[in-house]
Amino acid sequence: MSQHQSITMPEDVVILATDLTKTYGDFTAVDHISFEVKKGEIFGFLGANGAGKTTAMRMLCGLSKSSSGQAWVAGFDINHQSEQIKKRIGYMSQRFALYEDLQVWENIRLYAGIYGVPEREIGPKTDALLHRLGFEREKNSLVKSLPLGWKQKLSFSVAIFHNPSIVFLDEPTGGVDPATRRQFWELIYQAADRGITVFVTTHYMDEAEYCDRVSIMVDGRIDALDSPGNLKKKFGAKNMDEVFHQLARGASRKG
Amino acid sequence: MAAVKADQLFKRYKKVQALNGVSLEVGEGEIFGIIGPDGAGKTTLFRILTTLILADEGTASVNGFDVVKQYRDIRECVGYMPGRFSLYQDLTVEENLNFFATVFRTTVAENYDLIKDIYIQIEPFKHRKAGALSGGMKQKLALCCALIHKPTVLFLDEPTTGVDPVSRKEFWNMLKRLKKQGIAILVSTPYMDEASLCDRIALIQEGKFLKTDTPQGIVSEFGTTLWSVKSNQMSKLLNDLRQFEAVETCFAFGDTHHITFKKEPPTEQELNEYLHLKGHKYVYIRPIEANVEDCFMRLSGKTLQS
Repeated sequence: MSQHQSITMPEDVVILATDLTKTYGDFTAVDHISFEVKKGEIFGFLGANGAGKTTAMRMLCGLSKSSSGQAWVAGFDINHQSEQIKKRIGYMSQRFALYEDLQVWENIRLYAGIYGVPEREIGPKTDALLHRLGFEREKNSLVKSLPLGWKQKLSFSVAIFHNPSIVFLDEPTGGVDPATRRQFWELIYQAADRGITVFVTTHYMDEAEYCDRVSIMVDGRIDALDSPGNLKKKFGAKNMDEVFHQLARGASRKG
Repeated sequence: MAAVKADQLFKRYKKVQALNGVSLEVGEGEIFGIIGPDGAGKTTLFRILTTLILADEGTASVNGFDVVKQYRDIRECVGYMPGRFSLYQDLTVEENLNFFATVFRTTVAENYDLIKDIYIQIEPFKHRKAGALSGGMKQKLALCCALIHKPTVLFLDEPTTGVDPVSRKEFWNMLKRLKKQGIAILVSTPYMDEASLCDRIALIQEGKFLKTDTPQGIVSEFGTTLWSVKSNQMSKLLNDLRQFEAVETCFAFGDTHHITFKKEPPTEQELNEYLHLKGHKYVYIRPIEANVEDCFMRLSGKTLQS
């Protein structure tokens, strides 16, 4: 840990943010958010379009620096140790996933190499992964020939291939059919059971129910953070959709 | 006269059969939803109906005009909002709107009534370039531009994809107001919860309509009893239910699991005893009404087990 920003973090905390803030000119995109995420937790990061989710997530991934406030991810300071952070996280979004013109195994090989998975482990791990997904027959297929649902599952598996401490998922299930969406969540559960922390954004409120804890951002702030059960109790709501509507309806920033 | 009519449309791209015999009829002032995942054929259908591409087989008409022979007439009377943002990014909000009005030989002032409710929300940013707008504002501007020539049929291809639940609800309220003006709306969406906001829906998968009906009609023909099951260990419950012999399908649905049984269902008590034996507490079992997503999964024949 670097000398200037070192703190003692409890061992089971993988993300710690204190008053994390990002401003662009006089616009405050992320406004003093503080929270922590525990090891192996599935953490739902919700909010309306324009609430500041993407900006916050970019800081946590070490892609941009905070204007004020601090955050530590996997034990490293986001402002001074972003390269160490990038090695220890996985990232997947709906838009950027895999290289369409590479074969399935080539994509795995490429990402494994980038993330420094030891050469001798890549082959056996690739076979094990394809077996687990039932994709053995597609090993040499071009990614662009796969159905969307398969691509999403493969893309997630590639994002956690190097066994990161945390995987960031940015709307991973957008546009996927209902059965595949559920299969995808079962992969998320399996990853969490292996101790990988999952940080996920979604616009499907039924998926918010599958998270251990959920935060809801409104106008750059985190206005609620708790387990889905407690949030529903607190807001007298019958589901997370109602909780979300109650909180986000009052937003002054509309996406 | 039907606002939109399609009869046995087929379209193939190399190896992919994008449309595999699609027929539909949309009435005047009707909101008709095409509901299905990415790659199901929604955009191909929209592009054929808006005269942008030709079907391999089948016929279609909009406002009685044939999509092949009378494509010019169709282009005069329809509004189209493609899935990808297609306005001029380097023009301001106001310039985009004026441009589209001019192309259709009209003015913003002439049809202002139609877009007023929506335009008011983006008017404070009228001097901003369209490329610098947030997602929700782009969507509103695109809708204004699609409406500015007072179309009688509106084609909206996934207008709410990637949009948060609150903004989605607002968008649907706008559509309801447009419907009152007699505009027929054909709208596609991957969000199953939006189905109930349509007058009629078609569930689409792999280029085929699985079913076309009112949302209530679809739900009422689920065909078997659907049960909601909960316990204190939801993740374990999913596996234990799937291992129970009589369970046919079992899916996570928010804070509950939805299950259906094979031909000979067990009694509630039998299932209860099985789950208690597996160590579950606070077991809750109750028959419930299916929703459109349940129906989609049942009709598509996809189960987690397969």
